[in-house]
Amino acid sequence: MNARILALHGGLLALLLVLHFVLPVYHHGNLARIMVLACYAIGYNLLFGYTGLLSLGHAMFFAAGMYGMGMPFHHLGLGAELAFLAGIGTAGALALVVGLLALRTLGVAFMIVTLMFSQAFYLMILLAARWTRGDEGLVLAGADRVLFGLDLTDPDIRYLLALGLFALCLSAALWLVRRPFGRVLVAIRENPERAELLGYDIFRHKLAAVVVSGMFSGAAGAAYGLMFGYVGASFAEVHFSIFPLLWVLLGGAGTVIGPFFGVLFMFYLIDISSGLTPAYMLIAGVALVLLTLFAPQGLAGEVRRRWLRWLP
Amino acid sequence: MTKTTETGATPADPARRDALRTLAGAGAAAAALPLWARYTHAQSAAPIRVGFQMHATGIGAAYGRWYDRTTQAAARLINETGGINGRPLEIVTEDDGTDPRRGAEVVEKFANQHRVDVAYGTLFSHVVIGSAPRAGELKLPYFVVSEGHHVASGMLNRWTLQPGITDVKSQVLAMAPFVAETLGKKVTMIFPDYAFGHDHRDFFSEAMAAQGGEVIAKIAIPPTETSFTRYFPRIPRETDVIYHVMVGPAVLTFVKEMGEFFGPSRPAIFGFIDSLEAVDLRSPGLEFLEGTYFWEGMPRYVQPGQTDYDRAYRAAIGLDENGASLADPRDVSAYAHMFGCWETLHVIKRGMEAAGYAGPQDRQKLVEAVEVMTEMPESHEHPQGRKLFNGRTHQVFGQQHVSKLENGRLDVVRTVPLEETFYPDEVDYTAQPF
Repeated sequence: MNARILALHGGLLALLLVLHFVLPVYHHGNLARIMVLACYAIGYNLLFGYTGLLSLGHAMFFAAGMYGMGMPFHHLGLGAELAFLAGIGTAGALALVVGLLALRTLGVAFMIVTLMFSQAFYLMILLAARWTRGDEGLVLAGADRVLFGLDLTDPDIRYLLALGLFALCLSAALWLVRRPFGRVLVAIRENPERAELLGYDIFRHKLAAVVVSGMFSGAAGAAYGLMFGYVGASFAEVHFSIFPLLWVLLGGAGTVIGPFFGVLFMFYLIDISSGLTPAYMLIAGVALVLLTLFAPQGLAGEVRRRWLRWLP
Repeated sequence: MTKTTETGATPADPARRDALRTLAGAGAAAAALPLWARYTHAQSAAPIRVGFQMHATGIGAAYGRWYDRTTQAAARLINETGGINGRPLEIVTEDDGTDPRRGAEVVEKFANQHRVDVAYGTLFSHVVIGSAPRAGELKLPYFVVSEGHHVASGMLNRWTLQPGITDVKSQVLAMAPFVAETLGKKVTMIFPDYAFGHDHRDFFSEAMAAQGGEVIAKIAIPPTETSFTRYFPRIPRETDVIYHVMVGPAVLTFVKEMGEFFGPSRPAIFGFIDSLEAVDLRSPGLEFLEGTYFWEGMPRYVQPGQTDYDRAYRAAIGLDENGASLADPRDVSAYAHMFGCWETLHVIKRGMEAAGYAGPQDRQKLVEAVEVMTEMPESHEHPQGRKLFNGRTHQVFGQQHVSKLENGRLDVVRTVPLEETFYPDEVDYTAQPF
């Protein structure tokens, strides 16, 4: 792999490790959340940024990971390690089913179908209130949230595990998009007819992208639930499908590093502006409009366009 | 929104000031002193910081607005009467968007950035449940004003308490005898198809059975519903009473369509005021509710024999005899619930003073001091009425009201004493470690 690419992405991870030792406690906690959410955004980006499929229902995969982990953890007493894997498996299985059905459509229809599936999943969580506690959700007991002997209620451990997960997702995404598989996804995004003419099975590649994207999202959902002790239906609501789209657009669609900066930017935009005015969503909205006008390819996308053409 | 409010100033409105004087002679005297002089006997003049987790935006915004006004009024009064342990009270407000994810982040912000002494004021159950685990991990006392059963059910933790408002289980238990004795034995329930509605469904069904009554149909309304016409034919003909609760923002449509369905001959109707909080009962479309009954935590309209406490409480917040803002009679309050903010802030004050609270190192002492509280007599601190706090379950109990809607106003027809609202403990938080 190109040394510059390794240095950039490795440098980001090293910086995040250094920040663990120097950040004030509030920002330390925020960054742990941001890194987990960035895994969700990276997963979304694989489908949207690299494959060109705009899903409006990714919250269902995040929530499937969260509930796939949380339900057996809470009701069956499954250990955190197996529960985490169960979360990823649930999200992957759901992504496979949704992909098989939704990929029969294209463009706007794909957006609508994924949105509908996601809403159905959300309502299913509410309707299964006997087990999910509906909109209220479930609290995961702090004493049981132990992963390989590490106490997830400890802020230091939580940060380092979030960093570990983020490093894994970032590396996996980097590896994937530079593999022939990733290049085929880009080819499908740019010109699906030509990719098909070249002999690639477009449907299978898209389906694989949906499943991988769903598993990244599910891993983020499962980790979020385990780390912060709460599993709730609001994570399956439509706005939680819009967030990764915004994060990726802001950070730079089709860049591996961009989603992290998208999440970071949005998180602090809301956190800081909410301290200035009750109308903080207006500030957030104006900032988003300005960014879209003046950096339409997102933060990392703009950096790639202007300076770093090699940015993956 | 982050808003830091140190409410030591004298209210501008002379009428309100007069009313406040009635709260306590000593308090009024203290109010006449300049700010610096009021806290001179305190070991530290640094304010006690209370993080107010406010639903300023999102589905809880109507409640949030009134929770905020009540909080500011209570804080102003506390400051005018000497503060807490001689220190001024400062309210640090953060909007949680009525969202559990942001709620947990706000709790972290309170603990780690604003360095508040306690967090307080959350209403919606899912936000409480999403935030409480973080409050527990951060060892931050978390005083909720939610009326959810989540605290007393044992699902939360030792750092989460609800000492200012009763929970839905005790409210429902209190209403069942009235419904069975006065309105009828066969009940059809219409409730939202989410956890709050399910609590009503389960607790009320059980309570009606204990009264010799029966819930003959349970109609769950999906949370996304905007029209209710197709649900009404499912109401059995033999229904004596329709019980409705929190159908959501579409409540006006719900009432209008129910009126069109039944016409002049309808069964008795009993509802919880929750979905009509902050709604003018004279609004067009609500005529059909005339003659029906409601649960109220605290009567919105001034009742005969109004206590001085209620009078002073209304004046402090700036409310008229109809529970609407003095500045705008169309701005109706969430009167049945928001007293919980007022009373909780006073419990925090009492707890801090009992614990000799000096700073975050005494947070555990504060929780322990609140846990040993029991009697809370009706007073300026508890204008809704006498309360009994159960330290084991971290839940307070109080009287409940049944009101009848007549001539566009609610009048209390029965007050259920707090002793009739008890149920067996489901948890003992005091046995849990901190």
